[in-house]
Amino acid sequence: MDDSAAIVFLTAAATLRTATPLILCAMGGLFSERSGIVDVGLEGKMLIAAFFAAVAAATTGSAWWGLAAAIASAEFLALVHGFACITHRGNQVVSGVALNILAAGLTVVLGNAWFHQGGQTPALAAGQRLMPLLSPRAGDNVLVYVALASVPLTWWMISRTRFGLRLRAVGEMPLAVDAAGISVAWLRYRAVLLCGFFAGLAGAYLSIAQNAGFSRDMTAGQGFIALAAIIFGKWRPFPAFGACLIFGLFDAVAIRLQGVTLPGLGEVPVQLIQALPYLLTIFLLAGFIGRAVAPKAIGLPYEKEH
Amino acid sequence: MSWSQRSLPAWAEILLVPLINVALAFLVVGIIVRLIGIDPFHALGRLVVGAVGSPESIGYTLYYATNFVFTGLAVALAFHAGLFNIGGEGQAYIGGLGCGVAILAFDKYLPGWLMVPLAITAAALFGAAWAAVPGWLQAWRGSHIVITTIMFNFVASALMVYLLVNVLIAPGSMTPQSREFGPSGQLPALSGSALNLSIVLALGCCVAVWLFLWHTRWGYALRAMGHNPQAALYAGTDLKRMTMLAMCLSGALAGFVGVNELMGVHHRIVLDFPAGYGFAGIAVALMGRNHPVGVALAALLFGALQQGGAELSFDEPAITREMVVVIQGLVILFSGALEHLPRPWIMHLLPRRG
Repeated sequence: MDDSAAIVFLTAAATLRTATPLILCAMGGLFSERSGIVDVGLEGKMLIAAFFAAVAAATTGSAWWGLAAAIASAEFLALVHGFACITHRGNQVVSGVALNILAAGLTVVLGNAWFHQGGQTPALAAGQRLMPLLSPRAGDNVLVYVALASVPLTWWMISRTRFGLRLRAVGEMPLAVDAAGISVAWLRYRAVLLCGFFAGLAGAYLSIAQNAGFSRDMTAGQGFIALAAIIFGKWRPFPAFGACLIFGLFDAVAIRLQGVTLPGLGEVPVQLIQALPYLLTIFLLAGFIGRAVAPKAIGLPYEKEH
Repeated sequence: MSWSQRSLPAWAEILLVPLINVALAFLVVGIIVRLIGIDPFHALGRLVVGAVGSPESIGYTLYYATNFVFTGLAVALAFHAGLFNIGGEGQAYIGGLGCGVAILAFDKYLPGWLMVPLAITAAALFGAAWAAVPGWLQAWRGSHIVITTIMFNFVASALMVYLLVNVLIAPGSMTPQSREFGPSGQLPALSGSALNLSIVLALGCCVAVWLFLWHTRWGYALRAMGHNPQAALYAGTDLKRMTMLAMCLSGALAGFVGVNELMGVHHRIVLDFPAGYGFAGIAVALMGRNHPVGVALAALLFGALQQGGAELSFDEPAITREMVVVIQGLVILFSGALEHLPRPWIMHLLPRRG
């Protein structure tokens, strides 16, 4: 391989590595948001999943138990979110914010109480992690492929199955779904649980695949970048996937561009590249680049008439 | 939702429901502490002593409470306008930037009695400006304020890292922080702790927010918009301008965290000084039922938890200071998202009236 080909390969691999948790998280968030449940709590779900994945992998010695614990813990938060927003018709944003803060605190408190390392979990050995399958340099562990497969799967589920049709309907007009005799609550619960499942995978990826252990606040806003990707992709799976790849590329490039002077531009501040996903989303939402239209019933609790 | 709210008497609505919500949150906290292997009542005792056991610890409690008052009021004021401002963190950060830049520019030339009001004004203006953009985007471009304020938190953080690393860093310094403020840019401490004159500003803000919301025409229009935008529009309120006003005031209040932290304690611009106060403001506002008196009381409680929690973590290394963050999350969950949870229980217990 010559130099430029190597750079392209490595950048592509790095992009995919950083995009993987975003893709998983965004696909999960899509189910929830398309059903009308805002999910600001992706970050918290991913964080708690990353924590329990590392804890379970460290204590049982098996990465698969880590994966299971990640999904279970993210599903728990998803159920709390559903209980608050669907059953008790609470404010969905408030619930999401609460779960984010709860996860940020709880992971450090429990991590410190159990391992006495200031919120970190013990470093994982190779056998306790999900290792690259083909190329160690590319870092292509199983979750990378799961993430890639999750996009067509999500697309198929949302736009080609009966469940998906109803899911979209419940996000646009729950009254019609209710009138057709289908339970709005049960549909939304399933959407929220699917969201928890994918967010759990994303969290596990962070702590037992990409890294060898959990460190405090290790999600570092990636849940919000995933949320931005959903909006950027206008609540559709493939465009959201594209947004994840672009945001992943920013991250991969930011590390490479540190201290590099670009011809014509001068030195680009790394912080600017890091802020780009957020800035682009702000511009998109403001209608300066296209228009992002959310599902109509998003954020609104559904109340049966009495 | 409305039917279940109506049928509870006022005292249950104002006192009982919030108290049960907070009690539920603390019940869960107790269970978590128990799971860690510590007696919750023992921990509570140590926490109370740590929070109010000495003049110094009372000083720290009040100092933390000052921050919570600012961010709590910021969230509460926006809530009254029907806006959910999650951007307190970024607004506090940028408010601190304004405060710090004003001091760095003028502290050599101005005496304290001019410098302090100028810096406070700068904090308010910068905080307001950072909140005004999401406000403008919501009012004129239709983007949702929750999403934009979240994004603005991250943008603020990136901006501040850039400025501190590249622009404001003290010459010859290795750590990304500005030079120390001159004496005129430092607020006098009030006791042997971090408590400083900012608490007077915090109390003043409580009174001012109360006067504004309930005793001015603008405050009335703002609350009307939060209650029923259609009705407010019909009554002649300019919803766009009212959104801007609410966000600017909210951002200015959050910006005052910079006054307490930078002018009062650090005496220079440092990284990450908002340290979660912006998010905690949501818990404070929800617990204080969006009323300045409630916010002040909730802020005191959270201040005591912060200080007591810090002391507790010295005695009991198994409990870290982040326990306070857990409590904040649970309070937001139970007082906010699950606020209707206890209603059916109370309905069952209360005697039915004709």
